[in-house]
Amino acid sequence: MNRYLKRHETILAAILIVALIGLGYLNDQFLTLDNLLNQGRLMTEIGLIALPMTFVIVTGGIDLSVGAIVGLCAIVLGVAWKNWGLPLPLAVVVALGVGALAGFCNGLVITRLKAPPLIVTIATLALYRGLAEGISKARSVRGYPDWFYVLGQGEVFGVPTQLWILGACIVIAGVALDRTSFGRTLYAIGANETAARFSALAVDRAKLIVYTLSGLMSGLSAFVLVSRVTTTRSDMGLGYELDVIAAVVLGGASIFGGAGTVWGTVIGLVMIQLLKNGLALTGVKGDATIIVIGVVLIASVLIASSLERRRE
Amino acid sequence: MSAAASPVQILRRIASQEAMLAVAIIGLAIVVGFVNPRFLSANNLSDLLLGNAYIAVAAIGMSMVIVSGNIDISVGALIGVLATVSGSLAVAGYPIAFAWGAPLVIGIAVMAAQGAVVAYLGIPSIVVTLGMWSILKGGLISVTGGRWITDLPNSFHLADVEVFGVLPMPVLIMVGATILAAIWMRFWPGGRAIYAAGGNPEAARLCGVSPRRTTIFVFAAHGFFAGIAALMFATQLRVIQSTTPAGLELVVITASVVGGVSILGGVGTVIGSTLAAVLLAEIASALVFINVSPYWTHAVQGSLILATVIADILRRRRRLGAA
Repeated sequence: MNRYLKRHETILAAILIVALIGLGYLNDQFLTLDNLLNQGRLMTEIGLIALPMTFVIVTGGIDLSVGAIVGLCAIVLGVAWKNWGLPLPLAVVVALGVGALAGFCNGLVITRLKAPPLIVTIATLALYRGLAEGISKARSVRGYPDWFYVLGQGEVFGVPTQLWILGACIVIAGVALDRTSFGRTLYAIGANETAARFSALAVDRAKLIVYTLSGLMSGLSAFVLVSRVTTTRSDMGLGYELDVIAAVVLGGASIFGGAGTVWGTVIGLVMIQLLKNGLALTGVKGDATIIVIGVVLIASVLIASSLERRRE
Repeated sequence: MSAAASPVQILRRIASQEAMLAVAIIGLAIVVGFVNPRFLSANNLSDLLLGNAYIAVAAIGMSMVIVSGNIDISVGALIGVLATVSGSLAVAGYPIAFAWGAPLVIGIAVMAAQGAVVAYLGIPSIVVTLGMWSILKGGLISVTGGRWITDLPNSFHLADVEVFGVLPMPVLIMVGATILAAIWMRFWPGGRAIYAAGGNPEAARLCGVSPRRTTIFVFAAHGFFAGIAALMFATQLRVIQSTTPAGLELVVITASVVGGVSILGGVGTVIGSTLAAVLLAEIASALVFINVSPYWTHAVQGSLILATVIADILRRRRRLGAA
């Protein structure tokens, strides 16, 4: 099984490289450092959520509420600073806390009621987005101080600030999933939850942590997003859930749980962003690029499953 | 099970999610009507039903898909595509029957193809339909540029057709389709096969039901209902915006789930999903009439959805515990 997983990622990486060379050949602006770094900036918000989503999907769960949590956290950040008069750093902490709390609530309902995550997070999606709209009252918050934009628009050693954060998170998530007992617990839950319980693994605690992380990282993503686009609105993060899930599934995680890696997710993420960008640069209209993502998503899973069948 | 159910059995069956929803619909109407009698005006009630009937119809197909153990994310985008196709054909001067028929045929074809991929290539439906969602959404907007379709011929408007002078067509379609689909799922072998395949595919296979064929059929039926829903959606206003209605897939799935359809497959009825669609629309409208700030409408709706879902899970677990 493990060997097969590696193969999925290897294939994906190979496709990615071929696509990169092809797109670079078609357009000389594509394979420039500036462009690639800028694309890294644009994919950070989805990437930060895709990491905990990989954990969630590895346990056999799903979290559809992440986009709504992004909206809620963005609004809380803006309103806490502008209307409640909190200092901006404290407002950021409050927003992250709200994200973690929202994720914790998801986890609590899922573990205590043994409810299917898909249903619970569809319901909380409606609730969190509604709360964001209620708190924002259709006002947008602007006029943040200059230092606030360092995260979303600034650079450190020539690399976009948020890309450093994403990089650090990728390493931490990768090690946590692959090299710690916590990570192995997640695979065990996804492969066979009953067996995991009988093996005395703390199944509910692990799930609770995973959904809380998903909320927290959605909050962090909201922070980065607000800092990048310099304004706060309640419809922020709309539809993020499907982009995030597409990246994770493209990266080889099984929607049934038990399989998937952080490295795969990162390749899936990079692939989607660069395909979008490369096609846009070669003259494909912006919206048409998402057709390609749909095709790549289905095709990659098709190839992976047919390879798996051949091995069996 | 005996052929004739005893009154107790019937009562027990009625004490279900469907009954709870019906009570909630009537109870809410009484309470809100007491606070603000205008809520119960014929105008408001008919607006409420007319504007949301297409969600209930789409939820019929979605419920079948979920009962069979699958899910469909692409339905919102598909309804957008089908509405645009239908409107464009009508504007281009094709016969109305053709403009009405095309979305049904295309809907069935697109969904059946997805069902075939799910059934024969073993790819989870959430992945296939997520990919299709992306393809349809991107395809529609890159072909049309999101422009508005106007100058629709008058005869195109389904909503203008009134049956017996009072009953508007969309409401009649909603009620008729729900009853027919419910009877079919409850009593016909093809309908029972959906429950069998969703509840336990292996057992279904041993009983001579082909889970694969059932999956394709269920998706095709879902495409048919999506086609009808697209027609109702396209004809409710004088213009059609040729983009996909944002988040429509989640509204449709929510109606099914609140209606008591289990995401784990094998459980739920289309009567429940239609009642849920009506209740969700009623709640949205009621909040306006009892002067809840429009900014908080979705938050209140969201917490009610969460409460319904939790109540349904607890009720189901209690029944399992009792059995």
